[in-house]
Amino acid sequence: MKNFTHALIERNVVILGVLTLLTVAIGGLVQIIPLFLVETTIERVQGIRPYTPLELMGRNIYVREGCYLCHSQMVRPFRDEAERYGHYSLAAESMYDHPFQWGSKRTGPDLARVGGKYSDDWQAAHLRSPRELVPASIMPPYAFLDRPLDAAEITAHLRAQRAVGVPYTDAMIAEAARDLATQANPEADAAGFNARYPRARQALFDANPRAVTEMDALVAYLQMLGTLVRFSDVTPEQLRQP
Amino acid sequence: MAATAALKPPLAELDVEAPIRAFAIATIFWGIVGFLVGVVIATQLAFPLLNLDLEWTTFGRLRPLHTSAVIFAFGGNALLCTSLYVVQRTCRARLFGGEEMGWFLFWGYNFFIVAAALGYVLGVTQGKEYAEPEWYVDLWLTVVWVAYLVAFGGTLVKRQEPHIYVANWFFLAFIITVAMLHIVNNLALPVGGGIGKSYGLASGVQDAMIQWWYGHNAVGFFLTAGFLGMMYYFIPKQADRPVYSYRLSIVHFWALIFLYIWAGPHHLHYTALPDWAQTLGMVFSIMLWMPSWGGMINGLMTLSGAWDKLRTDAGLRFSVTAVGFYAMSTFEGPVMSIRAVNSLSHYTDWTIGHVHSGALGWNGFITFGALYWLVPVLWKKQALYSQKLASWHFWIATLGIVLYITAMWVSGIMQGLMWRAYDELGFLQYSFVETVAAMHPYYVIRMLGGLLYLSGALIMAYNLYKTVTAVEDRAPAAIPLGALPVAAE
Repeated sequence: MKNFTHALIERNVVILGVLTLLTVAIGGLVQIIPLFLVETTIERVQGIRPYTPLELMGRNIYVREGCYLCHSQMVRPFRDEAERYGHYSLAAESMYDHPFQWGSKRTGPDLARVGGKYSDDWQAAHLRSPRELVPASIMPPYAFLDRPLDAAEITAHLRAQRAVGVPYTDAMIAEAARDLATQANPEADAAGFNARYPRARQALFDANPRAVTEMDALVAYLQMLGTLVRFSDVTPEQLRQP
Repeated sequence: MAATAALKPPLAELDVEAPIRAFAIATIFWGIVGFLVGVVIATQLAFPLLNLDLEWTTFGRLRPLHTSAVIFAFGGNALLCTSLYVVQRTCRARLFGGEEMGWFLFWGYNFFIVAAALGYVLGVTQGKEYAEPEWYVDLWLTVVWVAYLVAFGGTLVKRQEPHIYVANWFFLAFIITVAMLHIVNNLALPVGGGIGKSYGLASGVQDAMIQWWYGHNAVGFFLTAGFLGMMYYFIPKQADRPVYSYRLSIVHFWALIFLYIWAGPHHLHYTALPDWAQTLGMVFSIMLWMPSWGGMINGLMTLSGAWDKLRTDAGLRFSVTAVGFYAMSTFEGPVMSIRAVNSLSHYTDWTIGHVHSGALGWNGFITFGALYWLVPVLWKKQALYSQKLASWHFWIATLGIVLYITAMWVSGIMQGLMWRAYDELGFLQYSFVETVAAMHPYYVIRMLGGLLYLSGALIMAYNLYKTVTAVEDRAPAAIPLGALPVAAE
């Protein structure tokens, strides 16, 4: 150590490169790996389930349109946020989110608990033309979502989700296409669908019975956000994180 | 030593230069594109009609186009341009892989930009900020990036100087770390037969941590370490002075790269990320203030005895002001990472203002400073076409930044306060949309600031174009054979 000078490092590319890699690797290892190992990272609450096929397609549209760039999905534990949005968000509520959509900016309001706050009609009309309902809104119009949803690969989507860790069962994958159609058609027999996806809502989300549209999928997704956990049943012990 | 040096051909003939000239042109081009898209989306926030009722032109699709165009296209081309120039000069070695490697990097990297940009407009995105490109674009970038590491590292290996110059430490750390971040954050499984969709391996809280480990260090290594490499070459060159303190370079290099990587969780304060991780992120973010200012001091103090040059050299003025903005942003950042401050600033325009004081002030200005110095050198011209135009660029751009960041400070803090305001009866005082409406004047001011900054860049493009085409060539005798000025490098 007595003979050590920095010249040793700055005269050798390999030493410089390896020491640099080690130096920059430490922080990430310490912060990321425990999140996969410490069990209490994700709260043990009841009610969390994988997205229905229609909700998943809606979520993919949410991602595609970059909604997360203006809307967060992460209610913080403050009095004003509790009153404006509801109970603070749990890690469990986004545990099946590939990718997470917590967001970083609220140009528009938080959407983590928007499910059920407005009617399906309001959501669809607002998406088509935000300023007709909220004159001061600066949201872009999304009328183009009134087009048929391309769900030809829905089975592949569920398979891929299962491969990355979402617990879709064989039955969910086999029935994916049917479940998607069932959810968008209130007349359809929903016994199997309801058993596979407890508390999922069946509706004519965009009021158009002729086709399953992208609007249907997005509204179905928005309407389930934040509704899976019944907070009246949750104990403080279940919410404890390290 | 001097005798052997005299036998070597002049430096310029050793260097791979044509691809570096192409990178310089691409830097200017993408800079203007990125600033223009920025002005467009800023205008959309003030006047939403400009979303044009088309799916390809909504804010949600154009915003990644703006961030990628300025960070990866403008910043990335600037980094490749300067790092490949600097490494050859300071190593006195030709680029490893030669001209072909230079061209592969140029076309490969810019193909990545175009492929990513097309995807954004068409709605192909991973939905992770600053990591929007889908898996096939990510794979291609990985190939290009490994080639970049090989070219840069290979040039260092065959250097003729005993020491690796400090700028190259920063460039090397930037290349290595960005490779690590890019690969880990983009691990994903493609879906079905198409190419436009994948699901990332991590989800929820783990995905959030990995994303902001990536996201904050895209700032820390892409936009800081890499650009510090530029600072360490171009400011000494422009000022004609050696770096202020060798010891400070060493200390702040290792401290900076060690501490930066921990700072990610300050993007996740008060979220579902466990508190221990948030606290680590905050503590390291505050500590980061010190190495950041170590670099700032080293850059500014290099001007000791050469401050008068600021009056005559507009390029140097850009570089030095850039370091000033770096000092300001790297002070503001640790303040915002404190949880109590963050509870107000997070989710508001304050963050946007903070980012832009760094991006416009530090990254933009240090790049402009480097370009004003480098373009005449690369095209072997005697001087810049017009110092006066460069000076105009400086003042217009500075005014633009001031308008931008003050507007965002006011709107951000105001919106944060409005969200938590209660009336005398104990109810929330403002509905959300009332806070949106209150932002309008500041969004207009921000748009004007962006417009000024864009105008400045257009003036620069004209000035550099005239430099390349109109100024007389430097007389060949100006580079005496064998006179290799290595000491100052």
